[in-house]
Amino acid sequence: MTIVSAAPLTELEKAVNHLIDVFHKYSNTSSNLIDPAGIEKLCSDLDVSRTDIRFLMLAWTMKAEKQGYITHEEWTRGLKALRADTIDELKKALPQLEKEVRTPSNFADFYAYAFRYSLTEEKPESTDIETICQLLDTVMGSTFRPQVDYFVEYLKIQKDYKVINMDQWMGFYRFCNEISFPDMSEYSPGLAWPLVLNNFVEWIREKQA
Amino acid sequence: MASRQNPKPMTIDEGSVHIDPAVNKLKRILEGKPEPDFLPGEYIGNYTTIYNMCIQKPPHDQSQELYDKYGGIFEDYAKHTVLPSIMEKHDEYMLRELSRRWDINKIMVRWLSRFFFYLDRYFTVRRSLPSLTEVGMTSFRDHVYNNVHFNVKQVIIALVHKEREGQQIDRALLKNVLDLFVENGMGSIKRYEDDFEDFFLQESASYYSRRSSRWIQEDSCPEYMIKAEESLKKEKERVAHYLHSGTEPKLVDIVQTHLLVLVAKQLLEKENSGCSALLRDDKTDDLSRMYRLYHAIPKGLEPVAAAFRLHVTAEGNALIKQAEDAATSGSVEEQVLVRKIIDLHDKYMAYVMDCFQNDTLFHKALKEAFEIFCNKKVAGSSSAELLATFCDNLFRKAGNDKSNDDSTIESTIDNVVKLLDYISDKDLFVEFYRKKLARRLLFGRFNDDHERSILTKLKGQFGGQFTSKMEGMVTDMQLAKDHQTGFEEHIKNLPKGVDFTVTVLTTGFWPSYKTSDLNLPVEMVNCIESFKAYYAIKTNHKRLMWIYSLGTCNLTGRFDSKPIELIVSTYQAAVLCAFNNTDILTYQELLEQVNLSHEDLVRVLHSLSCAKYKFLNKQPASKTISKTDTFEFNSKFTDKMRRIKVCMRKFKKKKKEKTKLIMIVVKQVPLPPVDDRKKVVEDVDKDRRYAIDASLVRIMKSRKVLPHQQLVSECVEQLSRMFKPDIKMIKKRIEDLITRDYLERDTENPSTFKYVA
Repeated sequence: MTIVSAAPLTELEKAVNHLIDVFHKYSNTSSNLIDPAGIEKLCSDLDVSRTDIRFLMLAWTMKAEKQGYITHEEWTRGLKALRADTIDELKKALPQLEKEVRTPSNFADFYAYAFRYSLTEEKPESTDIETICQLLDTVMGSTFRPQVDYFVEYLKIQKDYKVINMDQWMGFYRFCNEISFPDMSEYSPGLAWPLVLNNFVEWIREKQA
Repeated sequence: MASRQNPKPMTIDEGSVHIDPAVNKLKRILEGKPEPDFLPGEYIGNYTTIYNMCIQKPPHDQSQELYDKYGGIFEDYAKHTVLPSIMEKHDEYMLRELSRRWDINKIMVRWLSRFFFYLDRYFTVRRSLPSLTEVGMTSFRDHVYNNVHFNVKQVIIALVHKEREGQQIDRALLKNVLDLFVENGMGSIKRYEDDFEDFFLQESASYYSRRSSRWIQEDSCPEYMIKAEESLKKEKERVAHYLHSGTEPKLVDIVQTHLLVLVAKQLLEKENSGCSALLRDDKTDDLSRMYRLYHAIPKGLEPVAAAFRLHVTAEGNALIKQAEDAATSGSVEEQVLVRKIIDLHDKYMAYVMDCFQNDTLFHKALKEAFEIFCNKKVAGSSSAELLATFCDNLFRKAGNDKSNDDSTIESTIDNVVKLLDYISDKDLFVEFYRKKLARRLLFGRFNDDHERSILTKLKGQFGGQFTSKMEGMVTDMQLAKDHQTGFEEHIKNLPKGVDFTVTVLTTGFWPSYKTSDLNLPVEMVNCIESFKAYYAIKTNHKRLMWIYSLGTCNLTGRFDSKPIELIVSTYQAAVLCAFNNTDILTYQELLEQVNLSHEDLVRVLHSLSCAKYKFLNKQPASKTISKTDTFEFNSKFTDKMRRIKVCMRKFKKKKKEKTKLIMIVVKQVPLPPVDDRKKVVEDVDKDRRYAIDASLVRIMKSRKVLPHQQLVSECVEQLSRMFKPDIKMIKKRIEDLITRDYLERDTENPSTFKYVA
């Protein structure tokens, strides 16, 4: 005689079920993904705009691969990490998330992620200037306003590059962190900085003269 | 009771009764007073007296007392006689007295130590006391020398000053006195140094400092140098005559410092007579002197070499400016400029080898100077281009005009190779040279020996890779001749068509030329086919690409009044031959028939209908070609010449006439020079990008991990034989290689790169 007992669901299992329920509120039933429309709704419910850095941070937590879409797995991963299983809890978790991501060790990783997230299937190596400008503003605008403003202005008027690659993107991060602005006394063009930054610094120096 | 065998012991006082007179006698003799010499008996007697007193059995042994007495004699004499006699005199007299007293002392020591000799045998040794000689000398030092040396030194220095000012002094006296200083060091040179040399050197320093201040104001550079040289010579003589040899290096150093080192800048930069002026005016003696003087000073030649470099750079820059100013409408007279630069090089190299004794410092200065101005652009042309044009003109003239001596050509070639060494864009030179070489070879204006000679020399200097393409081109010409001979043999037995010459070039060696799908007149087509057939027999696996843009044709145009031979390009020939079958053709018809591009056709038609010779009549008769024009053969054309060469300008061909075509498939077509230059520069830039990529990958493959700056510097080093890569370009290539996954940046250390296998 076998006795099969159905144990009651654990707390964890209950939470995961909630999570998945919430997922389904936004997902597209045929593809089982949250698509751009769902994301719009999600953002509105969370009270953040899609271009807000906090949304990007949420994507980072989820390790979302494709911009504009969230898979089932990604959603679960993200919400579990934030210990949220309702929209309200998720909303409340955002400020703390921001604080955590802004720690130096996390931020570098987040910054790199932001670039990768912007890549598409058609352009898997680099991103166009316009998108980069927006991204820079989102990601670095609050902490390095002057650098971002100048760099964005420069990117728009220069003609050497139509796209930016990962190396150049990361270069800008190091630039903001290591070089004082606007005097840029530590900068030397002979060092290993990407060429676009050399040209950028030259342009600023000309303006300053 | 005293006996003969045991005489009563003598006390010191008793002994003194014998000794003192002997001492006094000695003193009188030494002082030159009238006194008979010691007789041998007296000498022995004195010695024996002392001897006896020494061997007396203790407590009568008088050794100690005798020793003290001996010392006392000297001390006494020194204090009461010697010192006063010196102190009462001045100047040179004091020196003489000192010298005299010193000599006396030496003799006195000798004599008395002989009298008292027995003490030295046992007493001084046993008691480890200073020897008699030592005592005598020490006494002099302590009681005489120590008290007089200061004043003596003053006198000596004053005398030296006198001699420096040109007066005669008693050198032997000075030598004696200074030897005295040395000997009073008692084995150490310190007394000489402290009591005399230090002051002397100080005084010499201030003396020469004053001198140099005055001279540098009053004298020209050569005059000053002569005085400096003279001063050094005199001071060295001074040392030889009366100073201690150890003083020489110190003295020479002081004189050099004050006369040459401290005023170097002022001296070398003197207006109208400094280094620059001497170089300009060929003053080889003065320059040799300058070298000699500064060579002796450690690092002394550096300011001279710097002045040399500055001067040569200025001269070079002046030549460049001259050429720029003289350049009319953007064209530089490179023959003149290059010759002048070569002459400049010869002139200053002669200085380096001659006046500057082939010193590496000056070779380097010359090189640096040339590198500065040889890399300047002149009216928009780079030096690489100018040098290539120079060579082109040199070889063209040489090809035709045998009066240009072979050895002159050879030496000019040597100079060109030398100059090329200074130019950093060597790859640019190669490209321009190649283009012009192609023209020379194809146009027939070349001398095989000269061409091979320069290539051999370039290969020797810069390596085989540098010259491989050009050598290929020259060889091609030889092979082409063979092919032509073979071809003529081959068609000998075939029905006679048109005379036809082909030059086959190996692609890759030669610059790239445009081809076109020209529709040839039928006679020419036959020629082409028969050559193709011949070539296919001779070689397989090779494809022929016909460059019609470079061909020439000789056509006979049968005009109404008389036939005229026309030398035209193949394109022009094709257009003219179209009129063989019909008198009138429209632009469109011509376009279809001949199948040239619009651009080419317009050029051809312009040269045949709107230029100096009008072989075709154009409707409407405007100055430019338009697509709606119509053309008609101009049978009324004539000219006093029997033979007209039309450089893409004129073309005349008569219709229906059996024409004789002599086609040389390769011929130069002159293109506007500025476009040409731009293309060459573009091509070279492209090659450079590949070269930098290859170099970067090569370096990273072997090093695996390398910091940015090292990577850049190694890359520059590797490529320096051909050109000087721009840092920006290298950075761009690195970026490109990162995108293509050849390299990556080290995440820990972002200024280091890693090779991606």
